[in-house]
Amino acid sequence: MSVPETDRSVSGTDRPDALVTPVPRDPRDPEDADTGPVRLLAPDGRRLADDTYDPYIADLADTELYGLLRDMVIVRRLDEEATALQRQGELGLWASLRGQEAAQVGSARALRDDDMVFPSYREHGVAWCRGVDPLDVLSLFRGVNHGGWDADEHGFQDYSIVVGSQTLHATGYAMGVTRELAADGDGGLPVTVVYFGDGASSQGDVNEALNWAGVFEAPVVFFCQNNQWAISEPTRRQTRAPIFRRARGFGLPGVQVDGNDVLATLAVTRYALQAARRRCPVLVEAVTYRMGAHTTADDPSRYRHADELAGWSRRDPVQRMAAYLRGRGLLDDSRAADLDAEADALATTLREGCLRLPDPSPHSMFDHVYVHDTETPAAARDACEQAEPSGQPEPSGPGEPSGQAGPSADPAVVSPLLTVAAAPLHHTRKAI
Amino acid sequence: MPLTLTLAKALNAGLRASMEADPKVVVMGEDVGKLGGVFRITDGLQADFGEDRVIDTPLAESAIIGTAIGLAMRGFRPVCEIQFDGFVYPAFDQIVTQLAKMHYRTQGRVRLPVTVRIPFGGGIGAVEHHSESPEAYFCHTAGLKVVACSNPTDAHMMIRQAVAADDPVIFFEPKRRYWDKADVETGAPLSAATPLHVSRVVRTGDDATLVAYGPMVRTCLNAAEAMAVEGRELEVIDLRTLSPLDLSPVLASVRRTGRLVVVHEAPSNVSLSAEIAARVTEAAFYSLEAPVLRVTGYDTPYPPSRLEEHYLPDVDRVLDAVDRSFQY
Repeated sequence: MSVPETDRSVSGTDRPDALVTPVPRDPRDPEDADTGPVRLLAPDGRRLADDTYDPYIADLADTELYGLLRDMVIVRRLDEEATALQRQGELGLWASLRGQEAAQVGSARALRDDDMVFPSYREHGVAWCRGVDPLDVLSLFRGVNHGGWDADEHGFQDYSIVVGSQTLHATGYAMGVTRELAADGDGGLPVTVVYFGDGASSQGDVNEALNWAGVFEAPVVFFCQNNQWAISEPTRRQTRAPIFRRARGFGLPGVQVDGNDVLATLAVTRYALQAARRRCPVLVEAVTYRMGAHTTADDPSRYRHADELAGWSRRDPVQRMAAYLRGRGLLDDSRAADLDAEADALATTLREGCLRLPDPSPHSMFDHVYVHDTETPAAARDACEQAEPSGQPEPSGPGEPSGQAGPSADPAVVSPLLTVAAAPLHHTRKAI
Repeated sequence: MPLTLTLAKALNAGLRASMEADPKVVVMGEDVGKLGGVFRITDGLQADFGEDRVIDTPLAESAIIGTAIGLAMRGFRPVCEIQFDGFVYPAFDQIVTQLAKMHYRTQGRVRLPVTVRIPFGGGIGAVEHHSESPEAYFCHTAGLKVVACSNPTDAHMMIRQAVAADDPVIFFEPKRRYWDKADVETGAPLSAATPLHVSRVVRTGDDATLVAYGPMVRTCLNAAEAMAVEGRELEVIDLRTLSPLDLSPVLASVRRTGRLVVVHEAPSNVSLSAEIAARVTEAAFYSLEAPVLRVTGYDTPYPPSRLEEHYLPDVDRVLDAVDRSFQY
């Protein structure tokens, strides 16, 4: 299958061999056949045959195929709403998932209810598929709390902001699973799936976790969304080798998949889960693209060309699945309009909920430092109560954004340049 | 019937009791299995509890703590061994960023009952990175509890209490006192023990107060004995708990003696003794006859071992500080 030139590197200056002098190869070190990422949908929506991975999605009913598109349309629309809310001062920050919908929905819809996800901080699409209320995700970015959902109820842990740290938690969690359950039971083990990015792949913790999972045969799927950019640094600045190849050094299978292809991502994740349920951890690299800024505080125009975004826009994951469904007769203009209306209604609900989120009481900052109160937080609480006896937040003035979620003092945050990545609130998805 | 045990054996018996009491307790670290740990604190545990509960890990301290967090999220109660004080820094991020904050981050939904055991302090003639006292780093971080045992009797009960605690506990073991002996009631119920976060007077006296923890408690007791020959009685307080601090016995003592000397091996700059001096000055200012004085390691990296007797506080330096206190 053909690999678009942008798969491996995003610009000529980032080609691996452009930076170093080639050295003679060790003849005993066989060069890997470069077959490119697993892909089941071409960018124009044509279905590509793949003997290995076709069986993993052969069971999908029409409603399930449509459901994948529905998830992607909704999470993109909610993401647009969150970006708009940040621009209006209602969120302190937002990390957009735009462009990564297929990687997230395709992988998350492969999971069983008893699997456990350890996300990074951009996995809003996975959260959606795990039944987390999007408002609970927004509450973190509004600064109301550090994370507001029940991890066990959803099989979806709290966001992890220090990149890569959660790979170790996931590995330990999976070691716990092997200490409670046997791998040869019906259906195999519940799997722990940890999401991280190309930037995090440089962290020691991620490499320790890959090694550890191999040593202890922990039922973990390491799901790396290589979205080409770690804030301003391209993947080539993180690693010389394709990320999925690293698995071999840890004794694990590694698979590269087109992360903008929801069917391929679903199929590859199902394969990885199947292996992990039998205690073979797997590294999946989903090649995708961060179409927006790193966060609303970032300005990608300082470090990447607009034509790069245009190139990836032609491989948009949502449009690709929509084109496939139209070709199959599962989507028409009327159904697409209904889906847009559903997504708009959810966005309205999300907005209204966000504006109604109450600021927490100042006294609540002393809660849950420890399981039981101890002397230190008790003394601090007393000091706070003397300073603010009412325990209520200061009321906001009329027309002011409430609470701490106002625009950042950093002038870069309100620069018009930053709106480059922000999609308009009422966006028309032509392909649908 | 109490047994006479070394501090090392008292900890070993404590870990064994913890593992027997709760099947969710797992011990993990470098060389803790077949070898029983480089100080033999986990001796025999893997033979009796199996490799699933006593886990020899790869040499990766961040992963020891990071996976312990994951195990705790799954309902386990991990006890991690960091082989030496100076090896804890690769794990510092996981301890400070994750272990300390996850309960708070999740508004109490996630509990991390993880115990991190760290042999600490000098005096054993070791090479670099094997003699440090890093306790202040951890005391500075809310969400962690930090304790240090000083004798076999306490060590046995305190490790059991730490393992049974629902918060993460950093458990400092005075490595040069591992071979001290004392009577230990290995069968005593936890309910009979002094609570973990309570400091204790270990020698009474009315003339001045010495506060110490870990290996310096014995040094202070020796100093008090020497001072008694001169007819002055020093009260010695073993802090036991470093975070949260329990200063009530310290304040009660200072209100009687009017003089306080704080002793630890760690350097003085931004240390526990600095915090204690500040709090005592605030709470008992009018009782003090002299400024709070400190006897500590010097503000240098830990020196080569042929110099450590000059670096570490000893009886002479403690008594010198007491004399200076009396001169006010």
